[in-house]
Parts: sequence; C-alpha cells; structure tokens
Amino acid sequence: MTMPTIPSLLSASVLALAMTSTIPVAAQQPVTALGAMPAADATLYNDLGGLEVLTKVVDDTLALALADDRIKDTFKNSDMKRVAKMITEQFCELSGGPCKYSGDPMKEVHQGLALSNMQFNALVEDLQMAMDKSNIPSRTQNKLLAMLAPMQRIIVTK
Amino acid sequence: MESAGPVGAQRQQLNLKKKNRMIKQSWLTATTAAVAMLSMTHANAQSSMAPDLGKLTATAGVIQVEGVSGGGLVPWATITGYGSRDSYGANVHYTYVGTQDYQLSSYGVAVGIADRVELSAAKQRFTGSLAPLNNLRIEQDIFGAKVKLAGDLVYDQDSWMPQIAAGVMYKRNNGIGGLGAVTSVKDLGAKSDSGIDYYLAATKLFLDQSLLVDLTVRATKANQMGILGFGGDKSDRYQAMLEGSVAYLLNRKVAIGAEYRMKPRNLASDNEKDYYDAFVAWFPTKNLSLTLAYVSLGDITIYNTKRQNGVYLSLQAGF
Repeated sequence: MTMPTIPSLLSASVLALAMTSTIPVAAQQPVTALGAMPAADATLYNDLGGLEVLTKVVDDTLALALADDRIKDTFKNSDMKRVAKMITEQFCELSGGPCKYSGDPMKEVHQGLALSNMQFNALVEDLQMAMDKSNIPSRTQNKLLAMLAPMQRIIVTK
Repeated sequence: MESAGPVGAQRQQLNLKKKNRMIKQSWLTATTAAVAMLSMTHANAQSSMAPDLGKLTATAGVIQVEGVSGGGLVPWATITGYGSRDSYGANVHYTYVGTQDYQLSSYGVAVGIADRVELSAAKQRFTGSLAPLNNLRIEQDIFGAKVKLAGDLVYDQDSWMPQIAAGVMYKRNNGIGGLGAVTSVKDLGAKSDSGIDYYLAATKLFLDQSLLVDLTVRATKANQMGILGFGGDKSDRYQAMLEGSVAYLLNRKVAIGAEYRMKPRNLASDNEKDYYDAFVAWFPTKNLSLTLAYVSLGDITIYNTKRQNGVYLSLQAGF
C-alpha cells in the first residue's frame, strides 16, 4: 500500500475531529421536557389518525408493556392512567397536534429507573405492535419513531 | 531447486495437502467454538448471561457474501446479531449464488459483542458448470473483525451522523481443483493466495424516510473477492474501492434495495467487472432472515466472456 502523505493524513484527522466534535453537538436538539422538537406542522398528527387513534395506540402500547416480561416491572410504581395521558400528550404535541405536554421533563421521569437499551427497544416494539393494530402504515410509524429514537440518550441510563 | 522434477512437484502437492488439512482443522476449531457458545447460551438461557435480543428487528443487517454484517455484497457498519450494548448475538448462515456458468456457496458463523465488535468466519466455494470449467472448484476462508467507531444507526435520528465502523477481512485461498495442472491462483497470475481487505463503512438510517444508505470504502488487492487470489500481473497495489447500498424498509420485516461494489482489475486473465445487486430481505423473526437478490457479476476471466447474472439466496439463523 502506498503511504499516505503527512498533509493528507493531517487533513483527514482534522476532518474526522471536526466531524465527531461538531456534528452531534450542532445537530443535537435541546433536551426539553418533551424530549424532542415537535413537528413544524400537523401532517404527521393527521397521518397517525389524530388524538382518537393516538389515545388508543398509547393504551394498547401500555397494555402490551404491562404484559411484557422485559419491562412490566419498570411500571410497578407508576400511575398507569397518568402515564397514558402524558405519553398521549407527548405523541400528540411531537407529531404537530393541538396538545401541550404537561408532564415532567423526560430526563427526570426516567432517572433512577436504570433502564437498559434492551428495555427501551422493548417499549418501541410494543408501540410498533400497537400501531400495527391501529393500521398505521409502516412509513408513518417510522416518522413518529424517528422523533422518539434520540430520547434513548436520556432515557437509557444503565 | 526443489520445485524442479517430479519429486519436487510431489512434495509440493503433499505440502499443499498438509496446509489444506491445517486450514480445515483451524476452521473446524472456530466453528466448534461458535457452536459450543451457541449451546452454552441455550443452557444458560435463564441466567443474566443470556442473549437479550435487545436490538430492533433488521437493525443488525444480514450476513453479506463474505460473512460479515451488511447487505448482500457490501459490508455495513452494523454489528451482527441482536445483542444490545449489554449483551451479544451470533448467527450461522448459508448463501448460494448461481449464475449461468458459475456457483458460489458460502457458510459461516458470526458473533456480535456488545453491539460494538463483530467476529466472523466464512468459507466460500466457487464452482463452474460449463466445460471446460465444469470441474472447477476454488475454496476460500474468510476471517473478519469489525469494530463500531462512532454513531448509532437507530438513535441518531436528529443528526446526519451515520454509524461508522472499521473492519478487516483476512482471506486465504485454498487452491484450485478440477483444472489439471492449474492448482493455485498464482498459476492464473495472482501474486498471492492470501490477503487482507481493510474497510471503513458508514451506514445511515433515515428512519423518517424508512431509508437506509451505506457507503463503504475498501482497500483491497483481492481478485473476484479473493476467489482468484490477490494482486496480479497488472497490479499488486492496494486500491480503494467504493461500495454502496440503498434500502427501503417496506415494513419492519421486509426491506428492498440495491447495491454496487467496485472491483479492482489486477489480472491480465480477468477483465474483472463491478458487482451489482437488487435484493429483498425478509426478517420473519429476530432468529431468522432470508435474503433473495438478483446479482450481476460481469464476465469472470477472459476464458468465458459471458456476463454472469443470476440469483443470490441467503438464509441466516441466530440471535
């Protein structure tokens, strides 16, 4: 292999450094109570089917979660009615709907739960099944999941 | 000169046989270790060491043609298996590629550790079906190691940061059978019968578009992935090859896509062409995946100028 020249190595490492240091910082959204920036318009909210469908999706998700051995214990100290209300508000606001999340900041809510990455994904899978049940198309499901995915960084603490 | 005369040739043959036996033994050891690990996991299924299947379906990619996590032809930055960062995963695969005049089959094992490190071993067997190459048989072992360097495929949805991984593939060609006096890839012009590929892969999942894009750069000397050896009469330098994949997630169990893989041209006896494929991958569960593709491999050696197109089928089982 021909040896790369020193200037090219230097510029490559500078580029790599610039990439690792600026991209995530510049792109990372402020960690609001909501956990992410809401959509600019109500397209996703409408595609998901509005508040009626979102309420059902959240109820179904939590029913699945309480039957899910991987995560059911993480809800043992939770008021499930309140959890459902808060997540519904959150999904509604995030997707551009006419709601306002009134819960505590996402980071605080999950502090001390020592949730693992596997548990985070377990809830995602339960949510996917619940969205299937409400016949939400995959591409619409993925748009909502794309907004929720970065919350892994504040929710998973184990 | 040892190689001169029939005694020397015989000794060479013996040495080759001995070498092949050693290769087989080490391959067997690797496979046995992996199988032992698989059965251990089953025995310990209730303990905390049990695999957690904690990654989302399809986010581990599939095992590509050289035995590492990726698409069909291209290695990705994904780490194989469904073990989350707190766990591990492993799988076995069998892949068959059949064109008009050639067949390539491959089987192997791959292990993913902490969604960070991937180790793999695969054996490829290339055969011909058109005379005079109808008895052709070339085998190759590929040992891979990959480490995830930065980014996360799934969670970095609020930035352009892809998942980035670096990997190596050590490839060892076991020689040629069924071609009379030609018993080594060196007889076809290759400079070596073993080589190392180095690659850097960046894989980005645009979840809001249900789209996955991979870009991989590979430094390689391999001719036809190593099936025809490494380096050649035309060039024996490492060259950077670009590879890429695009996949659309129809739903969380089915992805369709296309790939491109640039190839070097080191041999005068082979006007090697770039590879292409169009694929559909199906993930009925996290334990099983099936990939079906149409591949275009171009003409292989100047002795058969027909462009080789055909089917690619890969079955993967694991956790």
